[in-house]
Amino acid sequence: MVTLVVKRFGFMIFTMIVVSLILFLLLETDLTGDPAARVLGQFSNEEQRELWREQHGYNQPVVLRYVKWLGNFATGNLGESIRFKGPVADVLLPRLWNTAILGFWTFAIMIPLSLTLGVLSGMKEGSKLDRAISVFGILTTSVPEFASAVFFSALFVFGLKWLPGTSSMSGGFEFKQLILPAMVLIVYDFGYVARMTRASMAEVMTSQYIRTAVLKGLPYKSVILKHALRNALIAPFTVIMLQINWLLSGVIVVEFFFAYKGFGALILEASLNNDIALLEACAMVAVCVAVTTQTIADIGYTFLNPRIRFS
Amino acid sequence: MTTTSTTEMPTAGYGAAFLRALKSFALLRESWVGMIGSFLVLFWVLVAILAPLLAPFDPNSSIQPFAKPGMAAAKGGVFWLGTDHIGRDILSRIIWGSRTVLIYAPLATLSAYTLGILMGLAAGYRGGWVDDVLSRIADIILSFPVLVLYIIIIATIGASGINIIIAITFASSPGIMRIVRGLVLDLKNRDYVAAAQTRGESDWRVMLVEILPNARGPLIVDACLRLGYVIITIGVLGFLGLGLPPPDPDWGGMVNETRQMAMAFPHMTLFPCIAISSLILGFNLLADGLREISLRD
Repeated sequence: MVTLVVKRFGFMIFTMIVVSLILFLLLETDLTGDPAARVLGQFSNEEQRELWREQHGYNQPVVLRYVKWLGNFATGNLGESIRFKGPVADVLLPRLWNTAILGFWTFAIMIPLSLTLGVLSGMKEGSKLDRAISVFGILTTSVPEFASAVFFSALFVFGLKWLPGTSSMSGGFEFKQLILPAMVLIVYDFGYVARMTRASMAEVMTSQYIRTAVLKGLPYKSVILKHALRNALIAPFTVIMLQINWLLSGVIVVEFFFAYKGFGALILEASLNNDIALLEACAMVAVCVAVTTQTIADIGYTFLNPRIRFS
Repeated sequence: MTTTSTTEMPTAGYGAAFLRALKSFALLRESWVGMIGSFLVLFWVLVAILAPLLAPFDPNSSIQPFAKPGMAAAKGGVFWLGTDHIGRDILSRIIWGSRTVLIYAPLATLSAYTLGILMGLAAGYRGGWVDDVLSRIADIILSFPVLVLYIIIIATIGASGINIIIAITFASSPGIMRIVRGLVLDLKNRDYVAAAQTRGESDWRVMLVEILPNARGPLIVDACLRLGYVIITIGVLGFLGLGLPPPDPDWGGMVNETRQMAMAFPHMTLFPCIAISSLILGFNLLADGLREISLRD
């Protein structure tokens, strides 16, 4: 167990370093075009670019620059945002908080919903309910987030006039504005989690010990609740943790669509405005969140599953 | 479809293989989900092929702005789905847009599969350090949230058709590699592989001719799902303004251009969204039908 944790954390740090190297090579070196031209725009002249390079230390050797850059990153000095004219950290933190709120509500509704549906359909594989749930799941995962955002807006904003069409929270936090973004994310994501839960549940239901429990005359309800669920919910735990990675992609679309001031909209803004320092910081945060949740998923899975833990 | 073919020797010629493929396709009739899926896919493929005949107007010319669906055009003809803010016929743009999607999505998927299969074969068959290095690279690429990866790639190399294919190949080949690697690990201990090795066939011949054709079942199902996912990606990139450059019609881009006007003119965004969702649904249902059949026999 301890070696696993150490190994996973080692890999996590290794991944972060490789990712930082890739980001540095892509955005800060001449590999994909002149960074000075990218920051100053294509209409800047060579003198301006040279001056900018001199001021920002771009004439130093690449290796030295990378080490410095990484050092700054590690100590929390994320640089200045061109777009927002201020330190990156000041822009990034409130946006992350907003996305955390959106993510929290999305998960708070999606997890119980998809687990319930998955367990219900996995209990009796091939039943009508099972088929209905799985076709419904395929249907919802086939609609891209931006399309379901369009459909929901047409229905709830323009048709029924129940909900506001933008979620910019310009007049302070309002829960009503959170409903549509969360709904879009839930509808797109729950099908996958439900399907994984179903597979896990269906596998457990065919195992020997469930058959024994049924044959010795236990009530069906207690077989499901006391025997099957405990094992069937181990695999979905991993899936849900990995879903955070998907959520980071989903929030980009949803926040852009509903003008929600979150992390996803920020990373898109940074890339469309060539705000390199901000883009680097956002990408590092995104990868950091993704890798951390993967690590937790791996360690958690081992911890929850005694068959792996004790072997 | 898969379990029977994995056990037999791949000695039959291409004609027989084609017949077998046809036969397994005919099996789709047994799954109504698969039937609906193939119908939807076929519908859009036909629309894309017949685009010049079907489209009532030129997709890029500005005719009459803000026409509602069903409105008659001044110079004859009807805007069945209305026009957008610069007066382009939406039906014609959707019809021509199906071409864009059905060219770029299969190309990107094919290119991702080529790379993914080669890496997966090498990692699974050779094992050792080749496997270690390739698997580590795959782990690192897969640890990125996908859309963040696309945004970074497109931000650095620019938005164009080729670059979208490059970005999709880069981001999805590690996933394909993992699947192929798993299949190869299972298949490489079969007798026919040992027989081929004894005959003195080269490593790549064993991988490509003996192992790969026998791994096709799960790969076909995955390719269907992935095609749907690649279509979502192309749509999302278009929607975020990182897709194909205007003015050529692209479903995601159409939504991006007109979404500010959705309040007054919902038809501008609704119809492209219906188009893209139905095509993706087609591929996903087809994949589900294929899987159902492959599990049955």
